[in-house]
Amino acid sequence: MTEINGRAQPDAAAPAIELCGISKSFGPVHANRDISMSVQRGTIHGIVGENGAGKSTLMSILYGFYRADAGEIRINGKPTQIPDSQAAIAAGIGMVHQHFKLVPNFTVLENVVLGAEEGQLLRPSLKLARSLLARLADEYELHVDPDAVVEELSVGHQQRVEILKALYRQAEILILDEPTGVLTPSEADHLFRILKSLRDEGKTIILITHKLREIMAVTESVSVMRQGEMAATVKTSQTDPETLAELMVGRKVLLRVEKKAIEAGKRILEVHNLSVTDSRGINTLKNVSFEVREGEILGIAGVAGNGQTELLEVLGGITEAEGNIRVGGKEISLVGAGSDARSRRRSGLAHVPEDRQRLGLIMDFLAWENMSFGYHNDRDCNHNRVFMDNRAMRSATAKRMRKFDIRPDTPDTQARNFSGGNQQKIVLAREIDRNPRVLVVGQPTRGVDIGAIEFIHQSILDLRQAGAAVLLVSVELDEILSLSDRVAVMFDGTIIGERQTAATDERELGLLMAGVADGGRS
Amino acid sequence: MRRLPKAVEIGLIPLINLTLAFIISGLVVLWIGENPLEALYIIIKGSVGSAYGWGYTLYYATNFVFTGLAVAVAFHARMFNIGGEGQATLGGLGAALVCLSIEWPHWTLAFPAAIAGAGLFGAAWAAIPAWLQARKGSHIVITTIMFNFIASALLVYLLVNVLKAPGQMAPETVNFPKGAHLPTAHEMLAWFGVSFPKSPPVNISFLLAIAASFFVWALIWRTRLGYAIRAFGFSEPAAVYAGISPFRVIMASMLISGCLAGMMAVNSVVGEAERLLIDAVQGAGFVGIAVALMGRSHPAGTFLAAILFGVLYQGGVELEFEMPAVSREMIVVIQALVIMFTGALDNMIRIPLERLYFRKVS
Amino acid sequence: MDFATLIQILDSMLRLSAPLIFACLAGLFSERAGIFDIGLEGKMLASAFFSAAVAASTGSVWAGMACGVFASMVLAALHGAASITFRGNQLISGVAINFFASGMTALIGQNWFKLGGRTPSLSGDSRFLPLEWPLAETIGAIPLVGSVYSELLSGHTLLVYVALLAAPVSWWVLFRTRFGLRLRAVGENPEAVDTGGLSVAGLRYRATLICGLLCGLGGAYLSTGFAAGFIRDMTAGKGFIALAALIFAKWRPGYALFACLLFGLLEAIAIRFQSIEISGVGTVPLQLMQALPYILTVIILAGFVGRAIPPRAGGEPYIKER
Repeated sequence: MTEINGRAQPDAAAPAIELCGISKSFGPVHANRDISMSVQRGTIHGIVGENGAGKSTLMSILYGFYRADAGEIRINGKPTQIPDSQAAIAAGIGMVHQHFKLVPNFTVLENVVLGAEEGQLLRPSLKLARSLLARLADEYELHVDPDAVVEELSVGHQQRVEILKALYRQAEILILDEPTGVLTPSEADHLFRILKSLRDEGKTIILITHKLREIMAVTESVSVMRQGEMAATVKTSQTDPETLAELMVGRKVLLRVEKKAIEAGKRILEVHNLSVTDSRGINTLKNVSFEVREGEILGIAGVAGNGQTELLEVLGGITEAEGNIRVGGKEISLVGAGSDARSRRRSGLAHVPEDRQRLGLIMDFLAWENMSFGYHNDRDCNHNRVFMDNRAMRSATAKRMRKFDIRPDTPDTQARNFSGGNQQKIVLAREIDRNPRVLVVGQPTRGVDIGAIEFIHQSILDLRQAGAAVLLVSVELDEILSLSDRVAVMFDGTIIGERQTAATDERELGLLMAGVADGGRS
Repeated sequence: MRRLPKAVEIGLIPLINLTLAFIISGLVVLWIGENPLEALYIIIKGSVGSAYGWGYTLYYATNFVFTGLAVAVAFHARMFNIGGEGQATLGGLGAALVCLSIEWPHWTLAFPAAIAGAGLFGAAWAAIPAWLQARKGSHIVITTIMFNFIASALLVYLLVNVLKAPGQMAPETVNFPKGAHLPTAHEMLAWFGVSFPKSPPVNISFLLAIAASFFVWALIWRTRLGYAIRAFGFSEPAAVYAGISPFRVIMASMLISGCLAGMMAVNSVVGEAERLLIDAVQGAGFVGIAVALMGRSHPAGTFLAAILFGVLYQGGVELEFEMPAVSREMIVVIQALVIMFTGALDNMIRIPLERLYFRKVS
Repeated sequence: MDFATLIQILDSMLRLSAPLIFACLAGLFSERAGIFDIGLEGKMLASAFFSAAVAASTGSVWAGMACGVFASMVLAALHGAASITFRGNQLISGVAINFFASGMTALIGQNWFKLGGRTPSLSGDSRFLPLEWPLAETIGAIPLVGSVYSELLSGHTLLVYVALLAAPVSWWVLFRTRFGLRLRAVGENPEAVDTGGLSVAGLRYRATLICGLLCGLGGAYLSTGFAAGFIRDMTAGKGFIALAALIFAKWRPGYALFACLLFGLLEAIAIRFQSIEISGVGTVPLQLMQALPYILTVIILAGFVGRAIPPRAGGEPYIKER
């Protein structure tokens, strides 16, 4: 074997990457179990799987973030140890993380050379990088201003910087982790063009995603992961989305919840021309308007990052906004005093946040302290204006824990010691059991076990039955379709379309989510 | 995420940290050429071996309870109030102004007035850094450090130019009026017919310190404000989600913190010196950091840690007397080691312990 | 105020600024790498003591300085261990180091020299002496310009000139070398450094050691150049003024030099005049001059005059994401 750039010259027949029997556990959790997979050089290989299927762990092992408990990695047919990122880079592996690893106040050039400088002084490195960048830009449509400060670039451009970083390090194998989650559709298309031209140059690309459309569009082969195991590896041309989806989920479950038809009542939540501008001056919400009636669930579908988080935060009183919101016909303030979360709850609007560990719970608080969180000023939690009634809160919690089947049902357990599903039930119990007029709920079943999912869905439907208006924000289309009476799709900070659930399907909603305004009806 | 049992968390780990601090201090003593066990004996005998020793130990401890509680309350809101020194300095000023303002007829009137003066001035001095943190995001650690220096310059100016007793060289005020004299342990115990040495400065402020500890306990774990403070301290985004105003929590916790630090002056300025001196705080504001860290920000722990530091400070004086090779600064070294081990090197003990514990469990 | 007084004040400014510059740049390296350090004071103090103590015992100021710098770097390594390896609270570690230095120097000083915490006073080879520039006498005779050369520029100890040079050198290291790029990156986004295959801990340790080295030089200057021997707590808040200067300078080496010179000037004025009469305003008390660096820093921190944005990853221990 001859050495080029200190690297083994590829053996033409061997696959670029071979994983043999990779296993990795975190304590009792088997994140990866006996994973084997091989990727041919010069191809784009997709890895799909649900959240928590073990995709990211596997790639982290490949990039030297974790060491596998067992198994072997072969690069170009040669067994390779990858104890750290340095070794991964040396082996010709580059990674574009879901959350970019860039230094925000450095220029593009500085970011590209960081860690791969030529010699002790900067100037020669920067000069070299500049000429290389110019070449790569032409070759692969990777145009970025080398002197721009990274934090001032759009997300799509920042991603290009990440790819350039990998190419500058002469990566032959490029791993992209959920690369389109943050991109607009046109940016995503551009990315795929880049990936294809990279492939044509003989690079090997691994694309981790949960979007089957992307797999079908760009990959040659695809591996499906499920619960830490490799479910199947197939040629993309010989499969279809339905088959992949089935492999991914591993069961033919169609979430069909028993939903009684009820007549929607009067308008409870009215949102008119809601707009949010963030600290960078970007409009994250643009003139969003909708209404939800008594006994109705409005589902908000959309790819993550299209303004749903901001919408939830405005409704929950966390972010200030422009526009009008009326709850039960009463205008609520969106700026300054009276626009905080406490006032929202007082007006009868309950909020189950997307991220229960960051927002919904204080992980160090006990269950009973969390069960009053946000309502800690209410009369039933307090003796008087100063002192809280801890005993009353404990017994109320014990009751709710039984009612919502929260385990363990001990109010003196710290929130962090509950499972994800039970943590979510604590939040739901807290928000639902006070019979709000409006429930705003984000990703109710994210990271929640199957058993709890059913219970949570039923609780939301029960609230609807009781006459509340529910706004359900979820990236799980199944969930939206099975629970909602109507569906609105968010795209790029706006509501791009609204449909009666009964009169639409996944295909139409999928197109709306991709920004096709008429849902492919024309 | 798994956690160690509570007993290990609040018992064993602080104990190991403390032991390590003492072992290293012992090595320092050994290196100096003295016997560390003998030094320990002198410290204990000098501080708690006699009523006289106790009188001083509890006097020092009173100071440390106040400054320790001040740091602890702020810690619950994840604010590191390093400005206890300056707030206590201003507290001294407030107490002195109150005591000097009128000819107090009786201590029962002067005592609450002095508490109010000291607390108010201490709180006021914490208010500006707190406001800057809450509104402008200026780092509270840096601003409170700056305010310590500004406080000391301000006090020197006032004592030299404004408040100095006429016809005096030393920059200190006139003695407070007789009616502002707080009952000492000697006088109070005499009411019950118990005799106690006359000279130790421990006074009624010690009872105030006990009351303050209870107050802080109730505040943190029994009131709505305490709930909000703790929630904010654990997670600011979650607190906002729950409708807790960060501004109010930062201001409230820092004002209470400054107030407690300021109240230290009731003990040192009104109770002991009975006039305002240049350096009435003598580093007690910083000892508060060690005390709060050791006490895990719990009032009971803080109280015990304050007594321990009272022992060290009183014992240190005796140590210097009986073992001249080991000067009083030994105590500062011990204090530094306690802060280092309990505050910054906590993981050094915790990580191996966790490993050991969870291996056993699984 | 006449010209001679002005020269004297500026001359005194240079001498007073030197330790601030060392400490401020020390803090700059540390904080740019994401390690907050409020223990500059303690490190300087430790170095001041060991420099003077060893210089007094050996008669060699160089041996003294070496020991002083070493002591400072030991404390820096301790701070590094607490903040990097054990992911402890950097502020608390800094506080502890300040106390540790203050206690230990007094304790050992008393034990070694029995002079109430002082070291014997230094003279001859055991301290840094002023360096007379060539032809200082001759040029000094020229009116105005001459005294600038002979009084202001000439006649400082070596470390004053080193301090003045340290600022541009620091700038060059931080902004023109590979090491500087990596060091700044680790203070802004350690993840970028980590995924780039570099060691976050290694870079941060190096930064803290440089911090120790510079604090050590500052301390050595205080006891063997500025003064002739060590006295208890002789840093007297200089570490904190340096910290203030660092914020004032918005973590930039060039600005840091000017901030330190400004704060040195304030101190020089405060020493020269007990109080200053400003017509129409009245008397400016000495204490106000002393407190001015702190007040100015608070104003800067409050964002009334520009915004001081610290390195983004500052103060947070780096924990690899799962």
